[in-house]
Amino acid sequence: MTQQSAVVVRPFGRTTPLQRNEMLAGLAFISPWFIGFLVFTAGPMIASLGLAFTEYDVLNPPKFVGLQNFQRLLTDPRLGLSLGNSIFYTVLHVPLVMMVALGLALLLNRVGKAAGFFRTVFYLPSITPAVAVGALWLWILNPRIGLINRGLALLGIAGPGWTTDPNWIKPGIVLMSLWSVGSTVILYLAALRNVPPELYEAARIDGANGWQQFRHITIPMISGTVFFTLVVNTIASLQIFTEVYTMYFGNMNSGAAASAGLFYNIYLFRQAFEFLRMGYASAMAWLLFVIIMILTVIQLRTSNRWVYYEGA
Amino acid sequence: MAASTPETLADIRRQQAQRLRQAEIRRLLARIVFIALLIGCTIMFMAPFVWLISASLKVRAEVFNNELIPDPIAWENYINVWQAAPVLAWLKNSVIVGFLAAATVTLSCAAIAFGFSYFRFPGRDTLFGLVLATMMLPGAVTMVPVFLVWNGLGLVNTQVPLWAGNLFGSAFYIFMIRQFYLSLPRELFEAARVDGASYLQIWRHIALPLTRTALIVVFIFEFKASWTDLIKPLIYLYNTALFTLPRGLKAILDQFGQGGEMQWEIVLAASVIVTIPMIVIFFLGQRYFMEGIATSGLKG
Repeated sequence: MTQQSAVVVRPFGRTTPLQRNEMLAGLAFISPWFIGFLVFTAGPMIASLGLAFTEYDVLNPPKFVGLQNFQRLLTDPRLGLSLGNSIFYTVLHVPLVMMVALGLALLLNRVGKAAGFFRTVFYLPSITPAVAVGALWLWILNPRIGLINRGLALLGIAGPGWTTDPNWIKPGIVLMSLWSVGSTVILYLAALRNVPPELYEAARIDGANGWQQFRHITIPMISGTVFFTLVVNTIASLQIFTEVYTMYFGNMNSGAAASAGLFYNIYLFRQAFEFLRMGYASAMAWLLFVIIMILTVIQLRTSNRWVYYEGA
Repeated sequence: MAASTPETLADIRRQQAQRLRQAEIRRLLARIVFIALLIGCTIMFMAPFVWLISASLKVRAEVFNNELIPDPIAWENYINVWQAAPVLAWLKNSVIVGFLAAATVTLSCAAIAFGFSYFRFPGRDTLFGLVLATMMLPGAVTMVPVFLVWNGLGLVNTQVPLWAGNLFGSAFYIFMIRQFYLSLPRELFEAARVDGASYLQIWRHIALPLTRTALIVVFIFEFKASWTDLIKPLIYLYNTALFTLPRGLKAILDQFGQGGEMQWEIVLAASVIVTIPMIVIFFLGQRYFMEGIATSGLKG
């Protein structure tokens, strides 16, 4: 604390006692964050980077192994598999969530008095604890007796093996994830309600039909929110863990899902806390971080082509 | 409108009436499609809940018969689950951990956000940028070293790591509360300063009461996050007696579900028990949930 204030105070020797007082008080208020930042963010980041060059099982002191962990990243077939699974999931999940959420938000936006009721209907699944979602959907997705395939059977369709067929396990997980679109729906609904009605009136007078109004007013006006959900959902879905771990990992023998459902963060977690390969897990974490950063930068860079910022 | 082919008044009237009828039919059709969609979506979103509650009340042989109403209704599933696993202890653990996590993060973030909004000092905005930047960091990067920190402190296999990190704030909530502080007029605080109030006093007696809504939003969000979290309990808790509900449900699933003893009615009853408190909290604090989501989109 003293060291911190000394560093900041010296270059501003001309400040009045009152200003200095304010500054010290401000630093005191943010000091919990600063301590936490050092102990739980900055320090661990550096430590994680260091650990990535070691072999470390917590019980024995870390052993420096140079680039071995990073070489392993390139050659480990399970790593490629898990990264591929996570990317596959993200590519499917993110656009679908955004489309379904927008569809539901458009529906909700037209509901008059009962809006609160339907908002609750669509939001409740997303406050259901992820472990319960996983346990429940193991049965909803069950190929033989699950709700989905029973429903498909009513339409005369033989449903796929959502939990057993390696080709259908990830689509099944995407289906499950769509049940939890609630908060994205609420965000889109708020954005839709913020579009000034005059814009639609003006467009109607100019003879624009429903689709044209949607395409040229609604979409641009909510594009900021759409972009936000794109970035946030991409980052989150690359890190999917809890539902899938609940369904297929832990003590259970999960058959085909042990490969088809092995997502990046599940593999990382197992490396770190089941096989105690802390060094390799740290290298994996940094690879994920770099991938997320690159994707986010690309999304930010391309955003000005399609995101409309009012007043910008 | 400008087209003026000579027509009798009756013709025009007839055409107008027809056009009106067509528009009405189209509106009616649109209305029907709209209602059908709404009902269809509602059924799809509610069906898993209905199935869960119904199946959790069925006898073992009938759990998967997909009948809507259980017959007979097996209330004993909910008794058996308490006997099969220490669910009551887990419930208590979840409540304690959730409360501590929510209370500490609300208090620390309220203080930190005040530091970032009211006070003027060099480097403040850079530091705040750093706060926002940490939101981008995947949890996996710090997961291992943070575990080593708690391990070094001898606190692994206690519940402390599940909440104590919250004493130091959390980026997203700091951002959120700061938004609320910034909407308060500065003169409010200046006046109190002139009257001789200390900074701590103006925070406690002016800033906190005026941002009650934000604080409740943060409390509810963090309680929900803590209540639903599986990763931290998986990493830090080994003793069954220390488990929180999600970790306990995972243990029940492993023991009684897939590859285990196949007593799914136990698993499903436990799933209901984990979920119901969240639904109750949602109905009590609905307004705050909506407010919180709306603020989270502010960045967009």
